Amino acid sequence: MSWGCPMSPNAAGASSPSESISVAPPLAQTPLHAFHLRHGAKMVPFAGYAMPLQYPAGLLQEHRHTRRAAGLFDVSHMGQIVLRPRSGEVAEAARALEAVIPIDVLGLAEGRQRYAFLTDAAGGILDDLMVAHLPGRLVVVVNAANKAADTAHLRATLPDSVAVEPVLGGLIALQGPNAAAALGRLLGHPADLEAMRFMDVREVAIFGAPCLVSRSGYTGEDGFEIAVPAEAAEALAEALIADASVLPVGLGARDSLRLEAGLPLHGADIDPGTSPVEAGLAWAISPVRRSGGARVGGFPGAARILEEITRGPARRRVGLRPEGRAPVRAGAMLFADAAADEAIGHVTSGGFGPSLEAPVAMGFVPAALAAPGTRVFAELRGTRLPLVVSRLPFVPAGFKRG
Amino acid sequence: MLRFTDEHEWLRLDGDTATIGITAHAAEQLGDLVYVELPKVGAKLTKGEAAAVVESVKAASDVYAPLSGEVTEVNEAAGSDPASIGGDPQGAGWLYRLKLDDPSDMDALMDEAAYADFAK
Repeated sequence: MSWGCPMSPNAAGASSPSESISVAPPLAQTPLHAFHLRHGAKMVPFAGYAMPLQYPAGLLQEHRHTRRAAGLFDVSHMGQIVLRPRSGEVAEAARALEAVIPIDVLGLAEGRQRYAFLTDAAGGILDDLMVAHLPGRLVVVVNAANKAADTAHLRATLPDSVAVEPVLGGLIALQGPNAAAALGRLLGHPADLEAMRFMDVREVAIFGAPCLVSRSGYTGEDGFEIAVPAEAAEALAEALIADASVLPVGLGARDSLRLEAGLPLHGADIDPGTSPVEAGLAWAISPVRRSGGARVGGFPGAARILEEITRGPARRRVGLRPEGRAPVRAGAMLFADAAADEAIGHVTSGGFGPSLEAPVAMGFVPAALAAPGTRVFAELRGTRLPLVVSRLPFVPAGFKRG
Repeated sequence: MLRFTDEHEWLRLDGDTATIGITAHAAEQLGDLVYVELPKVGAKLTKGEAAAVVESVKAASDVYAPLSGEVTEVNEAAGSDPASIGGDPQGAGWLYRLKLDDPSDMDALMDEAAYADFAK
């Protein structure tokens, strides 16, 4: 038998594990490398890093535990970039960043973060990211596979008055309905942390180390992402999993959790060939940057993106529920009916949704076929299988919005 | 007679029919299985062609026909509960039975000790 191809096109081992070992440069290690080995992780190459695919509990249990209690994820491979205006005026950095993303950054309050994306001149998505407003600076978190390109892009496009400073450090995600209670117990229930809502960001000292905590994540659950100095990362991770409700979780379950949550993965569901409007991400494009807004356009690809907001895109990213039990995975071609010759689109992510106990997928279909309930067909091993276009997310989000 | 292939399948010969499944090593590498596609009873398989598919959450893997023959039976219980395969891949988690065109082909496959060495 052949071992299948794991994870995403972003993985260093995109073709096969053995091939990636022979051709890839030495893998980088995160500050939690020893932690992963100590806890029995199966390590795989991902975006140039040795990363945990799963721990002994296994992918299904790690997934379900995160939905039911809490999971700890090492996301230190992601890029953390500080944008520091030399003037000290954050508005200067915000204005500069607005020239490369279609988001209202000037209106982003201190202590808040927003989802955003870097666009190119054709209106494609170079990367998606989070941007946070902290005292005296903006902090951007980008995808691991794109962090070098993003840093170069920001340096090339932002004025010299804004320093672009990559941060080397740990990044730990604590996700799940018990995440807040577990972090609260560890830190002695500080009032400022307990008051945090979805997309709030706070500077918090944890075990004496200066950390940056945001209430956000990539699982569809309530939770936190904690930027922690490299030398303090392991102690924090150990302290968090010492809580009975917290289990370490690998990249495998991270992928199935985000898929069920309907969250796109750059390099799979979105890339420079997809526009934010096609990808169903127009919600993130602030009204002030749209037609009729005070700071309309002014970002790469504005003409196409604003046009698509007004007239609707030709195709859309949709959720897909296979009617049978067989997972339909990335790359499968989609057809309007069981006999059609011409493909209408393709699956960009797909697999088994452990919380739904059913296969789930995402892909692009023509706008006319994007309504929930529409039946399309995927070709799998020479057979056409029916799938139903479904609303995203597949599982309800557990964010703390109140 | 129990034999193994370098594609991580096992075969147990009874008369001229082999019971076939994935090895414990393969099951360990794949992790939790969520879907299995079995061949059809009566299908004629040629050595090396895709006979079954086992899928974990993260990936689909082909299971190739280790020898040529005709499918006489499939493990419906494993098909409807793929997770059960991982619990006993070399016993109750068998996948299908193949009436071999030439049972002596078994002789060319690895015995348990040779496979244990191969899978190291």
